[in-house]
Amino acid sequence: MENPQPVTEPIGQKRSGQLREFWFYFRENRGAVIGLSIFAVFAFLALFGPWIAPHDATMQFRTDTLRPPAWQDGGSWQFVLGTDPLGRDMLSRLIIGARFSFFVGVIVVSIAATGGIIIGLIAGFAPKWVDTIIMRIMDIVLAFPSLLLALVLVAVLGPSLTNAMIAIAIVLQPHYVRLTRASVMSELQKDYVTSARVVGAGTLRLMFVTVLPNCLAPIIVQAALSFSTAILDAAALGFLGMGAQPPTPEWGTMLAEAREFILRAWWVVTFPGLAILVTVLAINLMGDGLRDALDPKLKRS
Amino acid sequence: MLNYILSRLLTFVPTFIGVTIISFGFIRVLPGDPIVVMAGERGLSAERYEQLSAQFGFDRPIYVQFWDYLSGVIQGDLGNSFVTKRPVWDEFFALFPATLELSICAMIFALALGLPAGVIAAVNRGKLFDRALMSTALVGYSMPIFWWALLLIIVFSGNLGWTPVSGRIDLLYYFPDPSGFMLYDSIFSGQTGAFRSALRHLVLPTVVLGTIPLAVIARQTRSAMLEVLGEDYIRTARAKGLSAGRINGIHALRNALIPVITVIGLSVGTLLAGAILTETIFSWPGIGKWMVDSIFRRDYPVVQGGLLLIAVMVMIVNLTVDMLYGIINPKIRKR
Repeated sequence: MENPQPVTEPIGQKRSGQLREFWFYFRENRGAVIGLSIFAVFAFLALFGPWIAPHDATMQFRTDTLRPPAWQDGGSWQFVLGTDPLGRDMLSRLIIGARFSFFVGVIVVSIAATGGIIIGLIAGFAPKWVDTIIMRIMDIVLAFPSLLLALVLVAVLGPSLTNAMIAIAIVLQPHYVRLTRASVMSELQKDYVTSARVVGAGTLRLMFVTVLPNCLAPIIVQAALSFSTAILDAAALGFLGMGAQPPTPEWGTMLAEAREFILRAWWVVTFPGLAILVTVLAINLMGDGLRDALDPKLKRS
Repeated sequence: MLNYILSRLLTFVPTFIGVTIISFGFIRVLPGDPIVVMAGERGLSAERYEQLSAQFGFDRPIYVQFWDYLSGVIQGDLGNSFVTKRPVWDEFFALFPATLELSICAMIFALALGLPAGVIAAVNRGKLFDRALMSTALVGYSMPIFWWALLLIIVFSGNLGWTPVSGRIDLLYYFPDPSGFMLYDSIFSGQTGAFRSALRHLVLPTVVLGTIPLAVIARQTRSAMLEVLGEDYIRTARAKGLSAGRINGIHALRNALIPVITVIGLSVGTLLAGAILTETIFSWPGIGKWMVDSIFRRDYPVVQGGLLLIAVMVMIVNLTVDMLYGIINPKIRKR
């Protein structure tokens, strides 16, 4: 959060120096690099899935229902990871499903972070009573277990992936508000803010140009961690039938559809869950690496 | 100290009212007219509609309805379920022991494995055990527990046939349950095998619900221990010639436990959210499954009342943790 660089350095040079320093510390952490590579593959599949997948995600091969994976008896290389009860290729569905989880993460984090940062900045800068009201409202939202609140919100809005994303964003937002407000409060005590104020910077400039960039480190870490929470919660909602609706190849929804076949066909249950686990794990590894690289307290030790 | 407690209690009041407004609001915005839903497929005449509308008070201004609801809530009246016609309050507390039993077992499971694992990892920092343990903890932390539950069912119920797939006890056994805790009641039922059956039903849900808390506790214990192990007084203890077991187990762990206790307190919300998934998968008759079923049945009074009771419970636990923290650490009171 604190910038050790001298202020006289030109801005552009300072930025690239910071980036290089960040990358130096991030690279130290092997887990984080592995996480980043898996995440890169995941992002690639999300963007180009339909062109990579061997089959169409909703194509039903009626003669090949519940085909086991290729390496098992009865499997064929036409369907590498087997087929589901409707004869749809598992591998293709998983590849094409990557984009739903990816966009859930991107959109939920964007909405929650933008809203949370703005509300947090207002709470940090506004008079005490506004701050109190905002923080009480956040306390109220946090009093509900997040998945339960998201579930009820989706029931209100109607089950769909879009509504699930909105609900999860609302539920995750208070964390950003608290984090931003806390950083703003501690930054406001510092001399550079006072000097900016003395020079005549307006409140908006103080908020977004002076203070916000110095509060970003913990927010970035939170963004990485809530990316994985968003994916998990969206999958859980899908699993409960309140997220993406069949035949969408969303991983959680696929699990819900496969539930009754768990004792007959292990692959229809194992692979979608494995996809969720690997993705979430990769993002969490990355988040840990980000935290270590951005946290000045750990750097010194 | 008294001031601290009072000021914490005062913040409880507006939050409570806010939580009530939110849970009250849901019944107004949920799609579908509750009365039409209640009537079911037969439909109902216009005058019957008016009559029911008046009976439930839907024809009055919204603030009057809210006031009625709030004064009902304070007296423990949350309305009746549309489906069973029984009071929501009674239903909640009839099912709550099942969730409580499961959550307590999950927490014991998480603590029994997580605390020692975290301590051992911290003491062996950087060694193979530490790295293996922390990788496992991260996997546990990233686990989609609904999938984890299905995997365990495939292996332990499907392939090995060791555990049942759903419920709290075999249907063979029937006995009164004065406490609502199946493990406790089954011992005193005098029926042979009842306790064993209850235990076997409990194992998989406990493991599933306890997995994420286990990972969190192991990670938290490790980092708290690492911090404490670097303190001067530990060095002093070492210099005095105390045994490693005594230093790690008593001097260090006791101080490392403070942040861990906070984590335990804060994971009540996580447990309840996890209970929704766990109970749904294992057909565990607790409040998590009850809430999900009610949402699907559009049983508004239950959704509304359950949401409120769960939120109030989370708030009470958080408040208690806050206060305990204030008692343990006097610095916090001053803020």
